[in-house]
Amino acid sequence: MAATARSLRASFSGVLMRLWRSSLGKKYVMAVTGLILFAFVVGHLLGNLLIFAGRTQINEYAQVLKSNLPLLWSARLVLLVSVVLHVVAASQLAHTDRRARRIRYSKFHILDSTLANRTLIVSGLVILGFVIFHLAQFTLLVVDRSYATLVDAAGRHDVHRMMIEGFQNPVVSVFYIISVALLSLHLSHGVASSFQSLGARSKKIEWNLKRVSLIVAIVLFAGFASIPVAVLTGLVK
Amino acid sequence: MNLTLRIWRQKNANTPGEFVTYEAKDVSPDMSFLEMLDVVNEELMRRGEEPIAFDNDCREGICGMCSLMINGVPHGPLPQTATCQLHMRVYKDGDAITIEPWRAAPFPVIKDLIVDRSAFDRIIQSGGYVSVSTGGAPDGNTLPIPKDDADRAFDAAACIGCGACVAACKNASAVLFTSAKISHLALMPQGKVEQDRRVLKMVAQMDEEGFGACTNIGSCEAACPKGITLDNIARMNRLYLKASVKSGLE
Repeated sequence: MAATARSLRASFSGVLMRLWRSSLGKKYVMAVTGLILFAFVVGHLLGNLLIFAGRTQINEYAQVLKSNLPLLWSARLVLLVSVVLHVVAASQLAHTDRRARRIRYSKFHILDSTLANRTLIVSGLVILGFVIFHLAQFTLLVVDRSYATLVDAAGRHDVHRMMIEGFQNPVVSVFYIISVALLSLHLSHGVASSFQSLGARSKKIEWNLKRVSLIVAIVLFAGFASIPVAVLTGLVK
Repeated sequence: MNLTLRIWRQKNANTPGEFVTYEAKDVSPDMSFLEMLDVVNEELMRRGEEPIAFDNDCREGICGMCSLMINGVPHGPLPQTATCQLHMRVYKDGDAITIEPWRAAPFPVIKDLIVDRSAFDRIIQSGGYVSVSTGGAPDGNTLPIPKDDADRAFDAAACIGCGACVAACKNASAVLFTSAKISHLALMPQGKVEQDRRVLKMVAQMDEEGFGACTNIGSCEAACPKGITLDNIARMNRLYLKASVKSGLE
């Protein structure tokens, strides 16, 4: 039995390596990691919208999130691995794609393309830059170190205050809104595209898939952008 | 009508090419695009110049030999129409037309507008066949095949291997071609037997040739003169995943 298990494991890692080396396999990686990150984005938005519920609610939520350390770090590890795999696979695929056409056309129409799928690399890079800044600002608290000392009446970290102070800076807010716009654009192609990459799309469901993808992207943008807008307009104080 | 043609001229694979402008005079709207080029070539030969080399054979849209990137679109502006079936009536007097060869590293230019599409042959050779003789055409309904499967297999088999999908793709990906060939065999009982081996080998060969990956845009489907759909790519993605998992377990 042990020998069988070992040989299975060996051949299974062989399969994973073959998948990683193949263009189709790398698209599976893009799709799966993309869907994981998409699920995080949805959850993250739902949590952040608690800012509209009030100081107690969002500070309580933040405390609960951070209370279970093994769970917190497992989730962070999954997200970090997903980001790394998504970016590495994307850059390797982009490299293959560039090499596949060394001489460019003098005239070229990318038929049936959309703004979203022509700009995936640009939107992806801006989102990556934004995520690094966003983590530095609100998770690592190194952009403004005074955030670490914000405490509410119950002695919890005052996330509510931190968000307001952060978004009262118009440069931060504008960068945030641009980034979530690009994130929505990226997802308007990405969500539907991941189904195709995994083989779970056909003409029969295409219309619904694209429609859901678009609606999700618009809702995500509206949700995320509402936070800095509410802070800047003084709706949330 | 009179047209201005900007055509890629390249002596051979090792010489850099360039665009040369030609005037096509008194073009009849009833000519096919290739006949228009024939007339331009006759004039070139009369002047003692080298005629423009372009691929063609059946000129009835079924052989897959004709190619040409016409104003940035493979096979020109009409949907589901090969260059040989494109007629000059879609153009008007004074139009400027840029004609280029397919551009993809696995499709090197042989001369002018002719590219070497042997990469497609090697993908077929890697697994696009049924290994044993399955006999002649069986009598109808001796081998029951669901109508939907038969229709899908036939749609996939309509691929003529012209390479417009590669030419249209911003990544020069060959997934539409490869998936059509995989699909038309995988949907038939004779081809199903070897489907796992076939999809692993053909995808490996496709990557080996240096084609790009798929961004799921759909330019290939829009450019295909035979209306091959993205459903075939999704089917290949499914079959490849299944075959990969099985190869790790069995």
